[in-house]
Amino acid sequence: MKLDPATIECLKAKIAVYREFLKNWLEPANLAQLRPKLEFQTGVLAGFALIASVLLGVTNCSTEGTIQRRLDEDLKKSLAEVVPAALYDNDMLQDTMTVASAEYNIGTDETTVYIAKKAGRVSAVCFKFTAPDGYSGAINMIMGIDRDGNILGVRVLSHKETPGLGDKIEVAKSDWILNFAGRSLDNLAPAKWAVKKDGGEFDQFAGATITPRKSVQAIYRGLQLFKAHQSQLINLEN
Amino acid sequence: MFLSETYRKIAADGIWHNNIVFGQNLALCPLLAVTGTATNGLGMGLATLVVIVASNGLISVARHLIPNEIRIPIFVLLIAALVTLVDILMNAWAHELYKVLGLFIALIVTNCALLGRAEAFASKQPVREALWDGLMMGLGFLIVLVALGAAREITASGTLFANASVLLGESFKFLEVTVIPNYKGFLLMALPPGGFIMTAFLIVGKRLIDQKIEQIKQRKASVTVLAPVIAEEES
Repeated sequence: MKLDPATIECLKAKIAVYREFLKNWLEPANLAQLRPKLEFQTGVLAGFALIASVLLGVTNCSTEGTIQRRLDEDLKKSLAEVVPAALYDNDMLQDTMTVASAEYNIGTDETTVYIAKKAGRVSAVCFKFTAPDGYSGAINMIMGIDRDGNILGVRVLSHKETPGLGDKIEVAKSDWILNFAGRSLDNLAPAKWAVKKDGGEFDQFAGATITPRKSVQAIYRGLQLFKAHQSQLINLEN
Repeated sequence: MFLSETYRKIAADGIWHNNIVFGQNLALCPLLAVTGTATNGLGMGLATLVVIVASNGLISVARHLIPNEIRIPIFVLLIAALVTLVDILMNAWAHELYKVLGLFIALIVTNCALLGRAEAFASKQPVREALWDGLMMGLGFLIVLVALGAAREITASGTLFANASVLLGESFKFLEVTVIPNYKGFLLMALPPGGFIMTAFLIVGKRLIDQKIEQIKQRKASVTVLAPVIAEEES
């Protein structure tokens, strides 16, 4: 669209008028007169709220995709920690199945299971789960299990346990969590899925028994969830 | 001196005399929550610095528009929006940093010092002074956070700036020092009570220094008063 010079001149003049008006209106002396007025106050508050919401809305929309990509990268990294790279050649984030998990008390009513496949055959599965009853809140974990039900690895994703005592469940702080690799419901009796203090197989920490106890119990429940869906999961085809 | 009297006074107030923690005893919630290590303190300090400068600037720009009766809701609205903005942008563009600091960013909203600066300074002063005040107040807070974090980290686990490379990048690996090798650890200092105790020690330290300065000043003053008298007597 092309505007003739006369229209442009006319528009320029109009803009100049508006600018003049705005400049006068924004003079501190003028604003000082307006400020005590109720309708001005309402307008200002509404204006600030509008600007804030528009700004936040635009930022949120424009960064949503980036944030999702970052979260996917994080998840991929966690998945790679509990499932050895040799076991899969698919994109686990795309190969998922949702199973009902309400009765296993692992934090959510539905659990997304990531399926690891090698040449189209299911080799392992991996899912996030939670010990909702940690010493100071939920302990979020991720676990990889091979198709026969042996644990490939468990890692703690986030927790609020006491620094220096309960945080030994993190792989960065101690090797405790590595003891679960290779265990399964078949090679360890149910009574042994407990800390040593309770007659089980796993160490507790000096000064922190509840954290490892609840972690072991949650891992055990996670394994039960896998067992309940094992035949269904390992027979998934492409 | 490249700074005028006003600016120097604002700087001295922000960093020392009227320091957010030592002078105003504000912002104790984020202070105690994050200063388990020097690195966390540094991260929180930087995030707060950005937000306080921005909020001071914005509020100073809009100070003639804001009616006295509804200033608090507007300040809160602006600060909350800024913090959320920083939170979202960091999550998207500085994700590694966000994973370390994510929990603390939202805590900045609870930092009453921001509202305090908006109310006491930014809403009454020109933009440049307000920005400078935000910068100096933020800097003062940053220094306290790092000092407290360092003191607690050393007493709690014998290290200094652990994980600094996660926050600042690999090139800052040299900051990570083990101050006391084979340290058994002193758990109390890593927990919130340790934060309170260490804050108390730091405040005592600041008071002692202030007292010393005051004494020196008085002595100097008495010397300058007496000097002519002594000179006269001697002659």
